[in-house]
Amino acid sequence: MELRALTALELGAAIQKGEVSVAEATQAALDAIGEQDGTLNSFITVTGERALERAERLQKGVKDAASPLYGVPMALKDNICTKGVKTSCASKILGDFKPPYDATVVEKLAAAGAVSLGKLNMDEFAMGSTSETSYYGPTRNPWDLDRAPGGSSGGAAAAVAAGLGWYAIGSDTGGSIRQPAAYCGITGMKPTYGTVSRYGLIAYASSLDQMGPLCRDAADCAAVLDVLQGRDRRDSTSLEGDYGHLLASLTGDMRGMRIGIPSECFADGLDDEVRRSVLAVADVLKRRGAQLVELSFPVMEYVVPTYYIIAAAEASSNLSRFDGVKYGWRAEGYEDLTDLYHRTRTQGFGLEVKRRILLGTFVLSAGYYDAYYKKALQVKAVIKNAFDQAFTCCDMLLTPVSPTTAPRIGESLSDPLNMYLGDIYTVSVNLAGLPGLSMPCGFDSKGLPIGAQLIGPHFGEGRLLNAAHAFQRDTDYHKRTPKGGKRA
Amino acid sequence: MKITTQMVDYISQLSRLSLPEEEKQTMTAQLERIVDYMDVLNQLDTMGIEPMSHVFPVKNVLREDVVEPSFDRADLLANAPVPDEEAFLTPKSVE
Repeated sequence: MELRALTALELGAAIQKGEVSVAEATQAALDAIGEQDGTLNSFITVTGERALERAERLQKGVKDAASPLYGVPMALKDNICTKGVKTSCASKILGDFKPPYDATVVEKLAAAGAVSLGKLNMDEFAMGSTSETSYYGPTRNPWDLDRAPGGSSGGAAAAVAAGLGWYAIGSDTGGSIRQPAAYCGITGMKPTYGTVSRYGLIAYASSLDQMGPLCRDAADCAAVLDVLQGRDRRDSTSLEGDYGHLLASLTGDMRGMRIGIPSECFADGLDDEVRRSVLAVADVLKRRGAQLVELSFPVMEYVVPTYYIIAAAEASSNLSRFDGVKYGWRAEGYEDLTDLYHRTRTQGFGLEVKRRILLGTFVLSAGYYDAYYKKALQVKAVIKNAFDQAFTCCDMLLTPVSPTTAPRIGESLSDPLNMYLGDIYTVSVNLAGLPGLSMPCGFDSKGLPIGAQLIGPHFGEGRLLNAAHAFQRDTDYHKRTPKGGKRA
Repeated sequence: MKITTQMVDYISQLSRLSLPEEEKQTMTAQLERIVDYMDVLNQLDTMGIEPMSHVFPVKNVLREDVVEPSFDRADLLANAPVPDEEAFLTPKSVE
């Protein structure tokens, strides 16, 4: 059996039937990492020995497994705390930090029988759109090694696309699950804010951060979310809800569903090949019984500045805890306490992180707070209202994920503002706390994957996953695999 | 809006960062471009709109005050760059 060709659910079913052992699946993933990750650089830490030990233990419990993902090997973005396993946020400043506790999602995955293969590369502190700002070097796109996998969950997307694990958990503050999923040709979902506990996620912008799955297809995403979602007393922003039925609710029936197509999301600045592929999704869903509704979403020019003001403000506050005292790395040669802070932070943070801390400090500082931060919070209300309006005449929105396909490595970092503008289709979803799904919908003339985004109202995960599931029944983009990486 | 190196010095001080001269020049120019772009928000009249900090109508979450074991001190100190048996060590900050 070619294990790597299976989805997570297919592998889980094969483990249940005894066709493959948990250890065989784990070893297959570790072999794939050995063969390909030398050039991909999607992992920061591989916990092979731990994974194999756990696989042996899990094998004994296969018969009592409650989750369809029992025994399936996966990996975690390196900003998710794992007890005793290095968690770096891809930053020098965290050094060899080994958290004294597991994040809630890690506990939930463990209870469901997941095998963790290790920790995945990312943009430093999840700040970036290409995974090039990592202290541990850039991750490469398995479809074209000269290109970026997207970011910030670039390691997660590259690893799943290349078959180095069956799914991954990433985080999404402004598109960091959806955009790399699009660039790497896989399916990813940022769930409704508050439906997945953030306890143990190292914070970037707390009001926007949310964790979610990166998978081979929509059904796998549904199964993973069934494990992850739930109210957690350790995250007071987490919400009560009726969780755990997403996988069971997938029917592929689109009859009566209204798909909104916002004209502003298909205007100038969008690559022609991307536009054609994303609009073709609407035709597939229409053939399955959906209605198409053209509508206006008149706030697109405000979403990027609003997002970057709010995210940077929260980052400047959240990242003040990294000071060389309680954990992580400390600079040498300091004269007093303040000098220790300055040296540690100046040498410990990369350029993009420093840029966002300074921007955030600026928009919060006396004299500029009202003009920038308060203004952004007001515009956020306007954006939320625009979504509320849109969802009065449709059940979900269809948009691109990104204006282009994956950029060449080195192309984006020289012009930060231009990189920020590439987030135009994803950031508004975080501002409004909505669920957003990214799925492969075609390839451009260079052979690079194109992603389509579905956006739903709060708690609309089920309908988005069902639409993606319907689309994936009639297309095979999600089944295509890249040539991958090499040993070194 | 014009961003000067003096402003960058000031926010760097607030952020506990000390940029090398060359980095400071680049950062000043980049921040100016970014902040300039953000001024597009001024085209939108937001008079009378309540700033929205949270998209859900959240309330304080209260629970019974129950004694629970906290983390082991040695485990927490194990990650500190310079600890002793019971504390994080820093240079003297109060004379």
